[in-house]
Amino acid sequence: MSIEALPAGEAARADGPVLQVDDLSVTFTRRGEAPTRAVDGVSFAVDAGETVGLVGESGCGKSVTSLAVMGLLPRRGVRVGGSVRFGGVELVGAPDRTLRDLRGADMAMVFQDPLSSLNPVVPIGTQVTEVLLEHRDVSRGEAADEATRLLDRVGIPDPGRRLKEYPHQLSGGMRQRALIAMALACSPRLLIADEPTTALDVTIQAQILELLRELVVDTGTALVMITHDLGVVAGLCDRVHVMYAGRIIESADRHDLFARPRHPYTGGLLASVPRLDGARGAPLTPIRGSARDTIPWAEGCAFAPRCDHAQDDCLTEVSGSTVPLEHDGPARELRCRHPLRRPPSATGATASGAAR
Amino acid sequence: MLRFVVRRLLQLIPILLGLSVLLFAWLRALPGGPAQAALGERATPEAIARYNELFGLDQPIYVQYLRFLGRAVQLDFGNSTRTGRPVTEEFLERMPGTIELTLFAMVFAIGVGIPLGYLAARRHGSWIDSTSVIGSLLGVAIPVFFLAYLLRLVFAVELGWLPGSGRQEVRIDATRVTNFYVLDGVLTGEWDAAWDAFTHLVLPGIALGTIPLAIIVRITRASVLDVVNEDYVRTANAKGLATQTVRRRHILRNALLPVSTTIGLQTGLLLSGAVLTETVFAFGGVGSAIYDAIFGRDYALLQGFVLLLAIMYVLVNLLVDISYGLLDPRVRVS
Ligand SMILES: Nc1ncnc2c1ncn2[C@@H]1O[C@H](COP(=O)(O)OP(=O)(O)O)[C@@H](O)[C@H]1O
Ligand code: SF4
Ligand SMILES: [Mg+2]
Repeated sequence: MSIEALPAGEAARADGPVLQVDDLSVTFTRRGEAPTRAVDGVSFAVDAGETVGLVGESGCGKSVTSLAVMGLLPRRGVRVGGSVRFGGVELVGAPDRTLRDLRGADMAMVFQDPLSSLNPVVPIGTQVTEVLLEHRDVSRGEAADEATRLLDRVGIPDPGRRLKEYPHQLSGGMRQRALIAMALACSPRLLIADEPTTALDVTIQAQILELLRELVVDTGTALVMITHDLGVVAGLCDRVHVMYAGRIIESADRHDLFARPRHPYTGGLLASVPRLDGARGAPLTPIRGSARDTIPWAEGCAFAPRCDHAQDDCLTEVSGSTVPLEHDGPARELRCRHPLRRPPSATGATASGAAR
Repeated sequence: MLRFVVRRLLQLIPILLGLSVLLFAWLRALPGGPAQAALGERATPEAIARYNELFGLDQPIYVQYLRFLGRAVQLDFGNSTRTGRPVTEEFLERMPGTIELTLFAMVFAIGVGIPLGYLAARRHGSWIDSTSVIGSLLGVAIPVFFLAYLLRLVFAVELGWLPGSGRQEVRIDATRVTNFYVLDGVLTGEWDAAWDAFTHLVLPGIALGTIPLAIIVRITRASVLDVVNEDYVRTANAKGLATQTVRRRHILRNALLPVSTTIGLQTGLLLSGAVLTETVFAFGGVGSAIYDAIFGRDYALLQGFVLLLAIMYVLVNLLVDISYGLLDPRVRVS
């Protein structure tokens, strides 16, 4: 087996979380335009071997958060505030050299669209070996052997042949597997997967998720799973952070979140996911409005225009303060003044809630 | 691959036929004729008749054309009405000069254009960027003739830094092997001859290379600006690759695809577009021969040179298409 991250994982567990994000904010400043804050006061931590989900509708700031963690945002026109500590090293404001040494080796990322994320004019093999040659002290021959093993490990048949092929010659699922192989090449301690299955067929989606789950279990890699699909979270994540308009609005362990969603937005997301264990024939109820119907957090709860529970004090003008993210029971946090009281379907939920 | 090449070469036949008919008709529609050009305005009708008979110009046009065609397929374009030498021989003697000049111009345009275009894109909005954008607009707008004249006036006539006419100093008396003067000098070890021929390329080469330079800068810049925002460049950075690996393997390799098409197109255009530059520098290539032939009404030479140039143009573009297939695996012909 080529991927052996366990020693690194154990070391990290000893000194706390692999990744610790505190009060992260990202502001885009375009010349001639008002600055837009895409991510605002986001905090979360990921332990070795743990899978953390960042969930929310398109445009809520998930990708920007992950790019900020990886230090992949452009330097010009972007202001990053707060702190990102990786294995104890501060990454916000770290020099390019430091970030390049960490990226690909200790922290890696898998992107949404496997076709556009691969270089069309470079063979798959080169795109795998270049990571190894950059970060590991190996010869070209050793790197090529390792690349074959990696492709085999991520379930690509006939890896020797595939290494010589170009991205357009692979199927969508194969391409995503190849990207996962590149990300895992140096046994990173942290893997960020940004909607890795969104661009794929449903059957392939399940396979890729299963592959990620296996790899995390086998290697002890910390995984940040970014998705707009709570169905993905259900099978994979230990902890979930729900984002809305650049802020975290609810954090909980996965079981608690599914059993007892507290934020009306989370409740809405859950109600719009087809569930095998849900009441048969119960209609799926999408959240009304769209992500564009939002107000600035400074003026009140950004979700208020779409919220069925909204009351006057959800607006800053009335309550005199913005809606804070507050402790909401053990290991839970919530940003809402009038949360959901009872789970939508009572029975199964209490059981799994109590089990924790 | 072979079928692709053969098909392209077959497509060449109707193009050349059409071109030859057009040329034939156009040349004979010009006022005056070879006899008048050669013998002067006050030539007697008898002298003109004798001259026309000598070169077969007294025959009806379609007979002239069919004769021409019959010999042209054997690459025989008759004799120049001005020098009396076989057109093919003239071509083989002059073409190497034009090829050398074109190569110099393209190496100059590529060597300066790609780094400049890349730099302009990476420093998007800086003074380097705006200077190169304005410069490339000017480069396309300035008439080549004017630029050639200006360069010659300043650097050859006034400053005397570089030679301003010909392909080589006559006094050098270099040995001819291939008629590529620089190459000949290298082959025979006559380094001074090679160097002298090279310095003769500089000014006309820069004049000729300015338009392709401007176009290459512009296309490289636009293409790099596109490519740096591509997802695969983000992937390359996410892998922590060294900046120069990202630049070479992931940005430039993709950004240069559209540039390579331009390079092919421009090279083809230069082959035929050297007329004005060569004339200003009395360069003695194909271009200045065509210029002289138009004024001398040298039908045979014009017909032959233009058709041979057309063939070269198509071959260059064929070469470019093939190499494009090598650069971009997605269009590779199996
Ligand atoms: N380069 C950029 N310039 C300006 N705004 C941006 C840029 N990238 C993202 N944004 C804004 O940041 C917000 C969050 O985007 P993103 O993180 O991509 O959302 P998602 O949760 O779908 O991944 C969006 O509103 C988007 O408009
Ligand atoms: S704070 Fe008010 S508007 Fe916002 S989600 Fe809670 S109830 Fe709805
Ligand atoms: Mg996204």
